[in-house]
Amino acid sequence: MDGAQGVTTILKPVDAVLVGFGWTGAIMGQQLCDAGLNVVALERGPWRDTATDFATGFAQDELRYMWRHHLFQNVTYDTLTIRNNVGQQALPMRHLGAFLLGTGVGSGGVHWNGQIWRFLPSDFLTRSHNQQRYGKKAVSDYDLSVQDWGISYEELEPYYDQFDKLCGTSGKAGNLNGKIQPGGNPFEGARSNEYPTPPMAQTYGPTLFGKAAAELGRHPFPHPTGNLSEAYVNPLGAQLGACTYCGFCEKFGCGNYSKASPQTTLLPYLMLKPNFTLKTECEVLRVELTPDRSRATGVTYVNSAGEEFFQPAEMVILSAYVLQNVRLLLLSGIGKPYDPASGQGVVGKNYAYQTMSSVNVFFDDKIINPFIGAGALATVIDDFNGDNFDHAGLGFIGGAYIAGMVTGGRPIEMIYTPEGTPAWGLAWKHAAAKNYLRSFAISVHGSCMSHRGNYLDLDPTYRDVHGRPMLRMTFDFTGNEHRMSDYLTDRAAEVARAMNPREIKLNRRTGSFSITPYQTTHNTGGAIMGDNPSDSVVNKYLQSWDVPNVFSMGAGAFPQNAGYNPTGTVAALTYHAAHEITTRYLKDPGPLVRS
Amino acid sequence: MSSKVDLDRRRFLAGGAAVGIGGVAAAGIHDGELGAPAQTFRGAVPWQEGTADVPPGVSGSGYVFFTPAEALFIEAAVGRLIPDDAVGPGAVEAGVPFFLDRQLAGPFGRGDHYYLGGPWPKGTPEQGYQSRFSPAQLYRAAIAAIVSYVGANFKGAVFGELAPNDQDGVLKGLEGGKIDLDGGVDAKSFFALLLQNTKEGYFSDPIYGGNKDMAAWKMIGFPGAHYDYKEWVARHGERVPFPTVGFKGRPGWTERKA
Repeated sequence: MDGAQGVTTILKPVDAVLVGFGWTGAIMGQQLCDAGLNVVALERGPWRDTATDFATGFAQDELRYMWRHHLFQNVTYDTLTIRNNVGQQALPMRHLGAFLLGTGVGSGGVHWNGQIWRFLPSDFLTRSHNQQRYGKKAVSDYDLSVQDWGISYEELEPYYDQFDKLCGTSGKAGNLNGKIQPGGNPFEGARSNEYPTPPMAQTYGPTLFGKAAAELGRHPFPHPTGNLSEAYVNPLGAQLGACTYCGFCEKFGCGNYSKASPQTTLLPYLMLKPNFTLKTECEVLRVELTPDRSRATGVTYVNSAGEEFFQPAEMVILSAYVLQNVRLLLLSGIGKPYDPASGQGVVGKNYAYQTMSSVNVFFDDKIINPFIGAGALATVIDDFNGDNFDHAGLGFIGGAYIAGMVTGGRPIEMIYTPEGTPAWGLAWKHAAAKNYLRSFAISVHGSCMSHRGNYLDLDPTYRDVHGRPMLRMTFDFTGNEHRMSDYLTDRAAEVARAMNPREIKLNRRTGSFSITPYQTTHNTGGAIMGDNPSDSVVNKYLQSWDVPNVFSMGAGAFPQNAGYNPTGTVAALTYHAAHEITTRYLKDPGPLVRS
Repeated sequence: MSSKVDLDRRRFLAGGAAVGIGGVAAAGIHDGELGAPAQTFRGAVPWQEGTADVPPGVSGSGYVFFTPAEALFIEAAVGRLIPDDAVGPGAVEAGVPFFLDRQLAGPFGRGDHYYLGGPWPKGTPEQGYQSRFSPAQLYRAAIAAIVSYVGANFKGAVFGELAPNDQDGVLKGLEGGKIDLDGGVDAKSFFALLLQNTKEGYFSDPIYGGNKDMAAWKMIGFPGAHYDYKEWVARHGERVPFPTVGFKGRPGWTERKA
């Protein structure tokens, strides 16, 4: 509290302080304010609203948003260091690449694709389910450190449903209350309700994919999406419009109020609440604890003018991105840091990612028009995800969804050229001219199991603009992930060939994790949930085992990552935590699970 | 929202407010990072009529970043990365050198979204860009080193005078890291950045100075910044007959006078 710079202004106490204001901060803010709490949200980036910042007159700007990172975290002031294993020196990520971190109001919820998934029931039982079906060695053989989540799909279902209603998710149920429905995903866990809006109309590429997949005996269905198929008014009264398929979702803000985001679903309601305050350009430095470290007293933050404040609060909600939440836990001394040598400690443990690969399909005779797209415009098969197929003898656990997907045709990023095409010169130009309209990508969106050598801690060398140690990421893909990804990429190639294209190109996930090529912003773990303080950071209500008035939101809670986009599960966990806080914790603040 | 400029969209985009490289800050482009004033919001959705976070387009002609010698190299090099022919424009014809000049003279060149603090060990390929150079510094140092390499290996010639085959040979040497450059320049890093920036200039909206007449978009069939394709979603396999359009419209639109 008594920072080296000198004066810290002590502010009026509040009931709850939110650290970060993206999806989880906005959901938690709305839930806590509706329960009557006095809530302050601290966001280190700027205010952003649709009309001012993502207007349709200039939103479709590939250079500015994708390549100049206009909406993303600026790593000039704060980045992280990265290495593949403990034998290397971690070096700073000097430019965003593999993942595109958010900042500002709405954060990644502004520039996501809007892919809204639920994890499979078996995904929440990664350790016990796989051991039961494939034997004890199914997990220990690969040196994996996978765990069960300490929560079941059935417990989370009402909260997945709540997020679908918030977003107006467009899709077709495959399993309604246990009854398999035609046209949906037959592998999904049982839903209590149909999607709020019907699926998006499918363009040519996804349609060809679905037809070929069905001929192979797979089970294609439209990707569930937060790019809305029709106008929708959510339970908070926020209105969303029908998507116009402009092809600028991921990495871009939506100017059309068609993509579910904090701005389109929550802020019109939350910002009007008299008991809610948002402060932008305010970065939390650490959570302050009582001398015996049993309780948080609030947070210390610094604003963009360099002024330092202490915000006392009864409850601290870490609702920043995974990497920031874990870093704040480490910087604040909440929970025991993980040590990969001994396997002891929990904070930073089980960092995981997503194992992405793809197959490009090239036609001579079919005009795909890839520029007609949307972030989650795809036809998908889930036959080889999670434990939807028999893994006996395959040498891995986990899987992927395979999606014939056309999110857009942004030409700097998304020109596909056939195998053997050089990266420049006349041959490249001719290949680009020939194939742009006649190709698309099948995405293989693979799980990533946790491994004892993959973790997060504080870097011993590099510091951010405030003088705090940067986060250090030690991560590589393991044999389990490479075997899974190869097997799944081959399954995608089967569908690709069944479309009778001129040719295909397999983009396998080979070698070590690299920070350079964009993969996906699905970083997980490090503040994992579980049913025991000896192997997890938070309980199933995302409450710190060590400091019970601190809650850590987001995908940091995932003990390993499933083969789906994380936002649906992140949101469901947030609603689940909010429900427990408002119905039980407020009456009797203390541990919600006895350890 | 005083940091965001007032906007009459078409007028802004069509002329008067199009800012040059020195005008970026003056136009109040708000990058949402440290240094913007902290704000407190309560009880309302803040919004101000007629303001927008408009794109930082460029204007003028000629080079403000490249020296004449650097420009000779850049024009020759990007002309080999994307050569001109009947299929579509080359990088030079599309205005890529001008685009690069304005990018390097502006926030990108300064490394506005790069972390450049030390120490600076070389690192592994998986650790990505590891240099203390901003993009502008890297271009400057790399071009000087390439000029000196070419002079030493091609009897005092400059890159632009070499036969196309020799030019391609030098570029491939840089691409594969087979050429050692002086001045602490990593050849592979420079080539990767040059190729990426060249494709950016070739395919980005013409407000940034490249993609002249949207000819690169026309070559591949990308119709540009259209906002609504709803009626074409179900028309599988048909060519979309929309004329190519950028933020400032397209030839034939009447520009409103400010």
